[in-house]
Amino acid sequence: MKSYHADERGYYGEFGGAFIPEMLYPNCEELRQNYLRIMQEPSFKDEFHQLLKDYVGRPTPLYFAKRLSEKYNTKIYLKREDLCHTGAHKVNNTIGQILMAKKLGKNRIIAETGAGQHGVATATVCALMGIECVVYMGEIDIARQAPNVARMKMLGAEVRPATSGSKTLKDATNEAIRDWINNPVDTHYIIGSVVGPHPYPDMVARFQSVISEEIKNQLQEKEGRENPDYVVACVGGGSNAAGAFYHYLDTPEVGIIAVEAAGKGIHSGESAATSALGKIGIIHGSKTLLMQTQDGQITEPYSISAGLDYPGVGPMHAHLYASGRGEFISITDDDAMNAGMELCKLEGIIPAIESSHALAIFEDRKFNPDDVVVINLSGRGDKDLQNYIDYFKL
Amino acid sequence: MNRIKQKLQEDKKILSIYFTAGYPHLDDTIKIIQDLEKNGVDLIEIGLPFSDPLADGPTIQASSTAALKNGMNTALLFEQLKDIRKTVSIPLILMGYFNPVLQYGVEEFCAKCEEIGIDGIILPDLPLDVYQEEYEVIFKKHGLINVFLITPQTSDERIKDIDSASDGFIYMVSSASTTGAKQGFGKEQSDYFDRIADMNLNNPQIVGFGISNAETFGQATQKAKGAIIGSAFIKHLTENGVNGIGDFVKQIR
Ligand SMILES: Cc1ncc(COP(=O)(O)O)c(C=O)c1O
Repeated sequence: MKSYHADERGYYGEFGGAFIPEMLYPNCEELRQNYLRIMQEPSFKDEFHQLLKDYVGRPTPLYFAKRLSEKYNTKIYLKREDLCHTGAHKVNNTIGQILMAKKLGKNRIIAETGAGQHGVATATVCALMGIECVVYMGEIDIARQAPNVARMKMLGAEVRPATSGSKTLKDATNEAIRDWINNPVDTHYIIGSVVGPHPYPDMVARFQSVISEEIKNQLQEKEGRENPDYVVACVGGGSNAAGAFYHYLDTPEVGIIAVEAAGKGIHSGESAATSALGKIGIIHGSKTLLMQTQDGQITEPYSISAGLDYPGVGPMHAHLYASGRGEFISITDDDAMNAGMELCKLEGIIPAIESSHALAIFEDRKFNPDDVVVINLSGRGDKDLQNYIDYFKL
Repeated sequence: MNRIKQKLQEDKKILSIYFTAGYPHLDDTIKIIQDLEKNGVDLIEIGLPFSDPLADGPTIQASSTAALKNGMNTALLFEQLKDIRKTVSIPLILMGYFNPVLQYGVEEFCAKCEEIGIDGIILPDLPLDVYQEEYEVIFKKHGLINVFLITPQTSDERIKDIDSASDGFIYMVSSASTTGAKQGFGKEQSDYFDRIADMNLNNPQIVGFGISNAETFGQATQKAKGAIIGSAFIKHLTENGVNGIGDFVKQIR
């Protein structure tokens, strides 16, 4: 049967691989040779699951959103990743990777961050384990995400400004990769999404796959079946989506819907809808869909949501798009903001603006009354309060 | 015979200079190449600027950003170089990242290189296995030498694989780092230089990263066949424009 998972060389169809300079080869190779073995060790599994339970607060609820369902005349469940410690799904991955780093004998952690959610999740697990932590963050993002910068500092991380290029997430990622080149032996790089060279996309997807593992069990309990008709998630790099889709990838009767940020409109010149605007190329060591000029220079995306503001998508998603397995929808800033506000009013939940993009599909995408639609609510809106205040003049 | 191979047979240490095309000004490319040759440089690496140069330190990053802002792109560089072989005879290598080459089309890119008289290509993020499976045939068809990198962390086994995949020289990265001039070499580097020399590889090695003056050039070429200067030359261009290229070269050797 055709599979939508990575093959052993890290390819999803024609996407993926490890397009890295030789300087990174030993680092990635060490990880590639060990990650599956380590993840299967009982001591690793036990510690991972214990921390997810006691520290992160898993399993997160699968909540039937009654009023939202009534409004859109279909059965909508919310997977409550917003209730994770630190406020988003990102911590599932950082818990996994910090344990991986320890098994590999690393004593220094680096990470990149855009909005700061992954930076906070990384700083958190480093504090938990007492490991040195350096987070790269674009100079522009540091200025517009001050509360998360403060959180990282309180958690003991050093936040280093990325001053090159466009001074945002892709440049922070470049700086983290350069740091890794300069510190190849003692340092582990905790990438924050299903992007980067093999084995990162597969490893991060496996750590996030706990999301769909839980959905299966919870749906069985609530609906008497493991499979929803649709599972929906927003895609920046694609880690919350990879986790929500993971155990359904090879189950064709489950529809997969990936929601990208259209920004001010796909053709406005200010967008992050990679599947619509991207072409195959290489970014951060991975062959994937990517927004770029005709000359192959990577372009700067735009979205009101900093977490969706990435010019590529993980190779799993590029393949879901190219193969037609996934349905890709893009949502504008305005529609996302309104959907976020609607969830506040109908369900008493303030979502992250990233997650609001996934919630916004119901205006245009119609479902049958007896369809079961699971939305991955990837994060909570605390970090976005200033954005909501400015947008709605609260 | 390919000009790189011919040059490597000469009984001398090779001085190779890297610069970013389109920097400091868009039209400086030809003048820089001609002046470098006139002043005795053996080999030139012409950098194709990229928006996201992962393996480069601040100096080359800044030159790439400036070159792109000046309007440099792959097609324009080829246009600038189209008559280069009327005036320049030393080997020329194009160095860049894989994505712009992929967008241009690897086959078209290689054909254009052959037409102009480019002798070799360095694409640090095109991995060995992908090159061998998909592109080696194309490079060879167009007479292009592909240059691979090794670093102090590269295992002996992999160095041997790279040596047998190479057909020209091996680019020996001096230390675990991105590009950029440093303060001299220490014991770690001399041990590494010795280790590689003792492997008796088929391909000569040219050392790059961290070479900025006569002293580091001398240290790097004690065992290796040659050395590459990049960031230090870019700094010279930043400070002096295209003036005094001869003075820069003479202070190296
Ligand atoms: C709440 C939330 N959702 C989604 C994302 C997007 O990342 P990914 O696509 O990897 O899930 C982020 C990234 O910061 C986030 O904070």
